[in-house]
Amino acid sequence: MPPVIRFEDVVKRFGDTTVLSDLNFDVAPGERVTLIGPSGSGKTTILRLVMTLEHLTEGYIWIDGKPLTHDRRDGNRVQLKQKEVAETRKQIGMVFQHFNLFPNMSVIDNVTEAPVHVLGRGKEEARERALALLDQVGLKDRADEHPSRLSGGQKQRVAIARALAMDPKILLLDEVTSALDPELVGDVLGVLRDVAESTDISMLIVTHEMQFARDVSHKVMMFDGGQILEQGAPADILSNPSHDRTRKFLDSVL
Amino acid sequence: MPAITFEEFWSWEAAANLLPEVLGAFFKVTLLVTVVGTLIAVSVGMLLAVLTQVAPGIIARPLRWVMDVIRMTPLIVQLMFASFLVPVTWDLLWVGTAVIGVHYSTYMAESFIAGIRSVDRGQWEAARALSLPQGRTWRAIVLPQALRATLPALGNWTISMFKDTPYLFAISVLEMVTVAQQAGNSTFRYNEAFTIAGLIFLAASLFTAFAVRRLEKALVY
Repeated sequence: MPPVIRFEDVVKRFGDTTVLSDLNFDVAPGERVTLIGPSGSGKTTILRLVMTLEHLTEGYIWIDGKPLTHDRRDGNRVQLKQKEVAETRKQIGMVFQHFNLFPNMSVIDNVTEAPVHVLGRGKEEARERALALLDQVGLKDRADEHPSRLSGGQKQRVAIARALAMDPKILLLDEVTSALDPELVGDVLGVLRDVAESTDISMLIVTHEMQFARDVSHKVMMFDGGQILEQGAPADILSNPSHDRTRKFLDSVL
Repeated sequence: MPAITFEEFWSWEAAANLLPEVLGAFFKVTLLVTVVGTLIAVSVGMLLAVLTQVAPGIIARPLRWVMDVIRMTPLIVQLMFASFLVPVTWDLLWVGTAVIGVHYSTYMAESFIAGIRSVDRGQWEAARALSLPQGRTWRAIVLPQALRATLPALGNWTISMFKDTPYLFAISVLEMVTVAQQAGNSTFRYNEAFTIAGLIFLAASLFTAFAVRRLEKALVY
């Protein structure tokens, strides 16, 4: 089986600033990988590249062995058409730090919007599935309310249900608890633990919650200056890092 | 100079006699022009706003020039210009309504553009992460939020448009103020005629402002 995500010689620059330089890594199907590292080390940029929210400066990203935004044809790097990109993107879901729920829609409409208008599911079918997902995140009884009436933690749980409603192969979690009050973090992480246990969705996780990283991920990658400093099993990296920089970083977040 | 008595200044009887005629012109012309003009201004304004945001520069830039020209020339000039331009058989009431509608559409477009830009970037990103098509993103997410942010401005432009309807006299449309003046001419009761016209403007503007505030509350989420 091809890796579900493969970064090949990926370079990302913003103007003169190089955020990622010659990055190579694979994510196996069903694998959960946590990206750690100081801010500005390029972790979030990696997620945003996979979600096609940023333009890939150089290199290739392969999803399930297929090109995401750029393909290699006859030795040339060719940009794919929007339509082709959109097809691949449907398999990828993302949960954002600031939730980004649609405030003009009810909770249930937030969750059914994409299944109905992107996957072409029937309204009833989408609604039933959405209610099941909202039940899973403990918010079935808030289905008809608007997001403004929910707490941050509840909003994030709706955002998780919204991403799952698309049945993604890959779930990207971008600092999903960073904007939450400390007492609300547990609920969100509990929901994600549940998702991790009950599905085989591959995950790329950017987080500062090291216990969570330890519990759900198969692999931890430490980033520094746009490159992988070291990677390995969470127990190894988080307890016995081989680099001084990793140790310093871990000391600063724990 | 002899003092003017109240009876000379104001006759309730004359006012009562004038009221039906002025009020009739309000409903038949002024209100009609404002309602139809607002519908034109809102729909054309929204179209212009979206076009300036999504169309390629070769279309968007000239469009902005045209919008600037319309906003930077007086409405009365545009009304007269249009009235000379159209075939003589055309009803100038509708020509005037269209001109007023398009004139205000450029102002409304500016407000819409500001509203569109006020929609958080995260909304676009969430829509893209869910693979929503561009059209659906605009229709279901961006425009509803932009419209809500723009509503107070739209209410103000509507009131502004309403107060500009007397310019229709320039192309010989018998709107309310012209009718009031003609009624004054025939009865010499100008005070009553213009006071009534003014009060009708005030009442309708207050009502519109009230309605917009209710609408804003209804759209709270």
